[in-house]
Amino acid sequence: MTEEKKIIAKDIEDKDYSILNLGPTHPATHGIFQNVLKMDGEIIVEAESTVGYIHRAFEKLAEHRPYNQITPITDRLNYCSSPLNNMGWHMTVEKLAGIEIPKRVQYLRVIVMELARIADHLVCNSVVGVDTGAMTVFLYVFQFREHIYEIYEEMCGARLTTNVGRIGGMERDFSDKCWAKIDKLLKELPEGLKEFENLLTRNRIFMDRTIGCGPITAEKALGYGFTGPNLRAAGVDYDVRVMNPYSGYEDFDFIIPVGTNGDTYDRFMVREQEMWESMSIIKQAIEKIKNIPGKVFHADVPEFYLPPKEDVYNKMEALIYHFKIVMGEMEIPKGEVYHAIEAGNGELGFYLISDGGRTPYRLHFRRPCFIYYQAYTEMIKGTMLSDAILTMSSMNVIAGELDA
Amino acid sequence: MENLLTFVNDKLKAKFGEAIISSSQERDFPVFVVERNKIIEIISYLKEEAELGFGFLTTMCAVHFPDNTGAEFGMMYQLHNLPKNLRIRLKIFFPVSDVIVPTLTGVFPAANWMERQEYDFYGIIFKGHPNLKRILNVDDMDYFPMRKEYPLEDGTREDKNDKMFGR
Repeated sequence: MTEEKKIIAKDIEDKDYSILNLGPTHPATHGIFQNVLKMDGEIIVEAESTVGYIHRAFEKLAEHRPYNQITPITDRLNYCSSPLNNMGWHMTVEKLAGIEIPKRVQYLRVIVMELARIADHLVCNSVVGVDTGAMTVFLYVFQFREHIYEIYEEMCGARLTTNVGRIGGMERDFSDKCWAKIDKLLKELPEGLKEFENLLTRNRIFMDRTIGCGPITAEKALGYGFTGPNLRAAGVDYDVRVMNPYSGYEDFDFIIPVGTNGDTYDRFMVREQEMWESMSIIKQAIEKIKNIPGKVFHADVPEFYLPPKEDVYNKMEALIYHFKIVMGEMEIPKGEVYHAIEAGNGELGFYLISDGGRTPYRLHFRRPCFIYYQAYTEMIKGTMLSDAILTMSSMNVIAGELDA
Repeated sequence: MENLLTFVNDKLKAKFGEAIISSSQERDFPVFVVERNKIIEIISYLKEEAELGFGFLTTMCAVHFPDNTGAEFGMMYQLHNLPKNLRIRLKIFFPVSDVIVPTLTGVFPAANWMERQEYDFYGIIFKGHPNLKRILNVDDMDYFPMRKEYPLEDGTREDKNDKMFGR
């Protein structure tokens, strides 16, 4: 190396980079994430993410709680779509205990789950709008999320951390008011979503901003364990609802939308398309429920499902079951089981080991966010800071699910 | 399902022989208990071999069995063949005195944070991991909270007496 070249090399080595702490609390990151960025001007040279700011030790907590008290924990995983997590947990326990769920209940669950998926995707996509500078669309579609939360309220009384459903079914049948609200949503949402899409999908500014921003190839995405819309945006048509159908998804007709580049625009479009598919699934579920006689809303499993209050006061067995369930003394068989559902962000898995005791021996959550967020530092390397923000919001990283 | 178990078992037995300790069907999953030191070779074989093609790491987690002398810790790996939709589970067991497991990060980049999480919770050392440090808990924590001997709450607390129904 000549003297001159040595000096140039040293110059590059000595180049001053600035260190930027993006987070833990930063208005642009929509959650508690810290990324320590090494910046060359506005280009990110290196990044390191720190997670765990809202770690609540769910796996340890779950080892000390009876089975039906774990549902509220699952609420707090992906809090943008709590019902999905709740249902995933109920189905895991039902799989372990071998509980057969009647078709009508399965379809009721499908309705709740798809509503939650719409709410989840609405938040994510509208926030992508905010991060590209389009505040209007965010405020506009949030009214539909509000409608969905009102439907949750009719179903179970809660809005955000829903705790909806019980092991063995739903805690109550949908009321007439609830059905009316679902019908109203299905009438209004397509129109609103259409307008939302008109504002963004072919918008030159939005396209320039999002196409090619934070791309990931299918191969890399698979290596990093991506699932859900983020993987499908990269072109892999993996959807748990189709691959390992649960809760009667095999009876429904729907398309799995896929992208090609795995960039922000593709992720946005995949989520957008999934909302239309979810609406179609809800419509099909309503039709199917209409054709099923009776109003059954839970399986006939008195040892797992709380009896009506009136029976508790008047019938001996009901009182015994009530006591056993409330005190967490349900008879859960020994064994290990893994159940996965397609949550808002991908495959949400519950790996449960039971030793026959009142609490799980071990419960492991496969949290899609946690697994795919580790690719983030690689995805933003060499991009601008503003693209990094956009990449994060389009990946829909939810702090609750990330940190468990 | 039974076919998958015997098919994979035959393949593994032919290639690794004694390293495959046992195999069984746990509900919808074929489960293989294998030798700890061979786990990476086995997983990369399962990934690379064209007929098997388990190219996706679904999840992994550690389990603690304090009463199981000589094999107090276990690791569970779940692999998925996406095109054919086949899932299998692999398990390894090892004693508390020797909690070193080879790292899977060379085969699946996704294993990076999963292994860090299990290190954080159980103190399992993944040999060769590029950045093995705590991920969810604070860095200066001096115990591994998911081990069964650590109580959920502070053991010295006296204000919560729950003798009747246990906790």
